[in-house]
Amino acid sequence: MTREREAHALRAAIAAGRLSAADACRASLDAIARLDPELHAFQHVMADAASARARAVDADPSAKQAPLAGVPVAIKDNILTRGVPTTACSKILEGYIPPYDATVIERLTRAGAVIVGKTNCDEFAMGSSTENSAFGPARNPWATDRTPGGSSGGSAAAVASGMVPIALGSDTGGSIRQPAALCGVLGLKPTYGRVSRYGLIAFASSFDQIGPFTRTARDAADVLAVIAGHDPLDSTTVETPVADYAAALTGDVRGLRVGVPGHLLTHGVDPDITRAFERALDELRAAGAELTDIALPHADLAIAVYYLIGNAEASSNLARYDGVRYGRRAPAATVTEMYARTRDRGFGAEVKRRIMIGTYVLSAGYYDAYYLKAQQVRTLIRRDYDEAFTRVDVVAVPTSPTAAFRLGERASDPIQMYLSDVFTVSANLAGLPAISIPCGLTDARLPAGLQLTARPFDESTLLRAADALERRTSWATERPPIFA
Amino acid sequence: MPTNLTRADVTRIAALARLELTEDETTLFVEQLAAILSYFEDLQRADTTNVPPTAQVAVLAAAPWREDADRPSLDRDLLIRQAPEGDRDAGLFTVPRVIGS
Repeated sequence: MTREREAHALRAAIAAGRLSAADACRASLDAIARLDPELHAFQHVMADAASARARAVDADPSAKQAPLAGVPVAIKDNILTRGVPTTACSKILEGYIPPYDATVIERLTRAGAVIVGKTNCDEFAMGSSTENSAFGPARNPWATDRTPGGSSGGSAAAVASGMVPIALGSDTGGSIRQPAALCGVLGLKPTYGRVSRYGLIAFASSFDQIGPFTRTARDAADVLAVIAGHDPLDSTTVETPVADYAAALTGDVRGLRVGVPGHLLTHGVDPDITRAFERALDELRAAGAELTDIALPHADLAIAVYYLIGNAEASSNLARYDGVRYGRRAPAATVTEMYARTRDRGFGAEVKRRIMIGTYVLSAGYYDAYYLKAQQVRTLIRRDYDEAFTRVDVVAVPTSPTAAFRLGERASDPIQMYLSDVFTVSANLAGLPAISIPCGLTDARLPAGLQLTARPFDESTLLRAADALERRTSWATERPPIFA
Repeated sequence: MPTNLTRADVTRIAALARLELTEDETTLFVEQLAAILSYFEDLQRADTTNVPPTAQVAVLAAAPWREDADRPSLDRDLLIRQAPEGDRDAGLFTVPRVIGS
C-alpha cells in the first residue's frame, strides 16, 4: 500500500474514503512517539485530543471534504490553543492554559486539520537555534548533534522528519525561513498583514507574522489559502483579496526577473552554501527566468536595525509578564519586588538580554540616537526594495550563510548568533513576503535553502518559483535517514 | 554614545525593566550589552538627513474600520482561573498589598 505523506495527497485519500483521518492521525502520533525522544521537536503532544478530533472528522461527511480534512498539523508553542498548554517555551508561562484559540487555529480547525501538538522553539521566539527554549533544544533530523535552526526549530524538525506534513511557525526576523533552510523543508513568511496574529504571543509587533512549513509548494499554497485574510481581531490584517495560490503553481517561470544582490554575497557565506545557491540560480535560469545583478545599498545595516527595533518592541510587549494575570509568580512582600523577582526567575538569559537592550535604547537620552535612527534606516532599507522591485520580480539570496551549526557552537556569543539572520531580517523590516526553498545538500549532507523575496502580497510568485524548482530537481524530495 | 557601559547603567536599566538581576547576570550583561550597543554604532554611518522614520509597514493597505458594536469578551471566570492568585467570586486578580505597605 502506498502511504500518502504530503497534505495534499492525504486530504485527497481521506476525501475519497481510501484513508481515515484516524489512521492519518495515528501514523503521525506513532512517528512522534518514535522520533521525538531524540529530536525534541514537540513541547506538548495532544495524543487524545488529536485522536478524538480525527474521529470527529471521519464521522462528518462535510468535514471530510474540507481543504485540509484529516491532515495532521503541528503548531509552534507561541500560538494559543484553547485548553492546551501554551508556554512560548518560557518558564514564565509554565502551566498556562489559554482560554481561546488563535485565529489561525480556528481557521485550520474549520478547514478540517487535526492539530497533533505544540512545537519547541526559542523562548518567546527569541533565537536562531532553539537553544533558548527553557525546556531544552530541538535537534536537526539530518544530524542530531546540530541545531534545526530557530526560532521555529521544532516545527521545521517535525516536518523534515516526517512526523507531520504541515507545521505553523512565526517569523519575526527569519524564524520560519532559517529553520526551514537548515532542515531542508519549505518555509514561507507571508506579507505583513496577510495572516492574523490574533493569539500569537507578541514579540516584535511590527515584524511578527505566522506562516507554514511544508515539504511541497502545493501544501504551502493550501495552508496559506486557509490562514490568510482579514481578521477583525487583528487590525494589521488587510482586506486585499486572498489569491488562488494553488492556481499559481504552473511550473512556468519564463520571464521571471530574479535580482541577485551580488555585493552581499562576497564574504561571510560558506563555500558549500554558495555552490548550492548558484545551482539554484542555474536551475531558475534554465527554466527561463532572467537573472539580474541588483544593489541593496543598506542591507548591511539590517541586522543592527532589526535587533534594535525588535528588542525595543520586545521590551514593551514582554512588560505584560508580571506575575499578576497568568503564568508564574515568585512570592514577595511588595508588588514591585514581586514583579522583578517573577521576571528574573521566569525569563531566560536571552530574553533578559533583549529586554535590557530594548529598555536601554528607549530610555531617556538615547531614543533619538538609537531608536529613531534605526527607524530612519528601516525606511532606507524599504526604499532599497522599492527600487529593486521596479527592475525585478523577486530578490534571491541564500536563506542562511551556513548550513546547520552544532548545538553549543554559538550559544555563548549573542552577536555571532544574531548574524545567522543576516539574509532574513530585511523581509521583516520591509514587511515583504519571503520563502525558503530547499536547494540541495552540501558535501556534508546538510540542507541548504534558497530565499526569494517578492513584492507585498505576491506570495503567488514565490510559490510558483518553489513549484518550478520542485518539478525540475529532486531537492524537495531529499529526506534525512531517520525520516518516518 | 556610551559603549562604555557601567555596572550602574545596567542596574538602572534592570530597575526600569523590572528585572531583579543576580550579581553574575549583572557582570555578564555589562560586557554583553556594551558589545551589542557598539554593534549598533554602525547605524551612524547611514545618512538619514530628512529621512522619515518607519514605525509600521501596515499602511501598505489600510485595514477597514469595523462596525462600532459591542460583542462578547472572554469569560472573566476562565481568565481569573489562569492567574497565580485571584478571587473569582469578587472578580479580581490578587497582588501583594500596594497601599499602606
